[in-house]
Amino acid sequence: MQTAIGDWHREHGARMTEFAGYDMPLFYQGQGILEEHRLVREAVGMFDVSHMGELLVRGPKAAEILDIVLSNQPSRLLPGQAIYSLMCAHDGGTVDDLVVYRKAQNTFLLVVNAANRSSDFSWIKAQLAAIPDSAKVEDVSLETALIAVQGPRALQVLAPLVDQDLAMLASFQFVNASIAGIPAMISRTGYTGEDGFEVYLKAAEAMTLWGRLHQLGVPAVGLGARDSLRLEARLALYGHELSRTISPLEAGLTRFVRLEGKGASFIGRQALLRQRERGLDFRLAGLMLPAGAIPRHGYRVGHGTVTIGDVTSGGFSPTLKQGLALALLPTDYTRPGTELWVMIRGKRVAARVAATPFYRRK
Amino acid sequence: MNIPSDRQYTAEHEWIDAQGRVGITDYAQDALGDVVFVELPQVGLRVKAGEAFGAVESVKSVSDLFSPASGVVAAVNQKLVDQPELINQDPYGEGWIVKFENGWQGQDLMSHSEYGRQIGGTV
Repeated sequence: MQTAIGDWHREHGARMTEFAGYDMPLFYQGQGILEEHRLVREAVGMFDVSHMGELLVRGPKAAEILDIVLSNQPSRLLPGQAIYSLMCAHDGGTVDDLVVYRKAQNTFLLVVNAANRSSDFSWIKAQLAAIPDSAKVEDVSLETALIAVQGPRALQVLAPLVDQDLAMLASFQFVNASIAGIPAMISRTGYTGEDGFEVYLKAAEAMTLWGRLHQLGVPAVGLGARDSLRLEARLALYGHELSRTISPLEAGLTRFVRLEGKGASFIGRQALLRQRERGLDFRLAGLMLPAGAIPRHGYRVGHGTVTIGDVTSGGFSPTLKQGLALALLPTDYTRPGTELWVMIRGKRVAARVAATPFYRRK
Repeated sequence: MNIPSDRQYTAEHEWIDAQGRVGITDYAQDALGDVVFVELPQVGLRVKAGEAFGAVESVKSVSDLFSPASGVVAAVNQKLVDQPELINQDPYGEGWIVKFENGWQGQDLMSHSEYGRQIGGTV
């Protein structure tokens, strides 16, 4: 499968890679991941992330039922607001992580990971059935494109194209607007650790906007830099830092989980309360490595002679110019400053637990 | 894709020239993307053809370096310590990785045209 912008990527020298059934650009020839990463940190870049899943939940009790399905109580949102949330199983494991937008009183848009789109749809549909006539879920992924424009210059680049004042949007707010004459939903969100916007629009119109942005000199950026950017900003990637066997608490995402307070009643809450009470056996930690040592997903992490865990995500940080990793480790080893090792091609390389995020924008 | 005719190639995308210099091919550097670190062997190391004797790390992935020959490492390209990007910029020249002492023995080497066929390009 490819997105509505797939042909353009190929024609513009993209190195393509398979991701969740889609042929997606990894980076573009003549730029490369380092340059694309730098462009987003220092200026602006645009990502075709149309592979993401979009699920529309509508109905008279949509808010009520989504408070059961999602960890971060979306009924608190006003129309025009969005939040990051987890979706948990009854045992507290993570079904997916997503951004939920309240489009209208009874209409929510859930933006989910591409790889989980159909399992999320089935999961939500099954939960909605718990309250008769509460809401319906519809998968609108194929007709929806998503262009993320990220970086300190994102506002400056987009503002002249949009019929509303984007500067007024706070983080995680969104508006329905016209951009380059195309109807779209624009949110101040992203997955890079920079300021930026995400533009949801009809797939059939995506190429028009993409072409316009390209004409204005906004460089295209691939999934390679998206991954290095999100790692520096310590943003979780499902299947790595989150899974059915990793809870949001273990992944350090407690602030997106409404364990207490009025209306806290989501699926998995009881299990997570027990987990908190018992104390977490495992936690996600950030590791920094000396120059030249680059940890990768799946590498072993240890202390002394004992292996204690695995790297969930790792790589070279273009900003810090050193190897960084996230690793799920026994809680006792997760204090910043703790000296550990990572096994790299048969050698134990010193690694130090670091405070995260590794990068925070000024 | 650039494949010079003055040297020989391996199935793992390394090249070796008549002076015993070894590097990775244009095809390999292109597939790896931005190289950010090269793990070099020790000078004096005796290696067997086909053995992994170093690694090239790009932002996205890591690739072992397999020796195209049996022999003794006479020199390594120290410039790569500070400028690993030379492998991307000039894979057949400034981006060379190691040099063997005289007397090295190649194994399963291909001519540039055979290598060109392997990677599916035209030479």
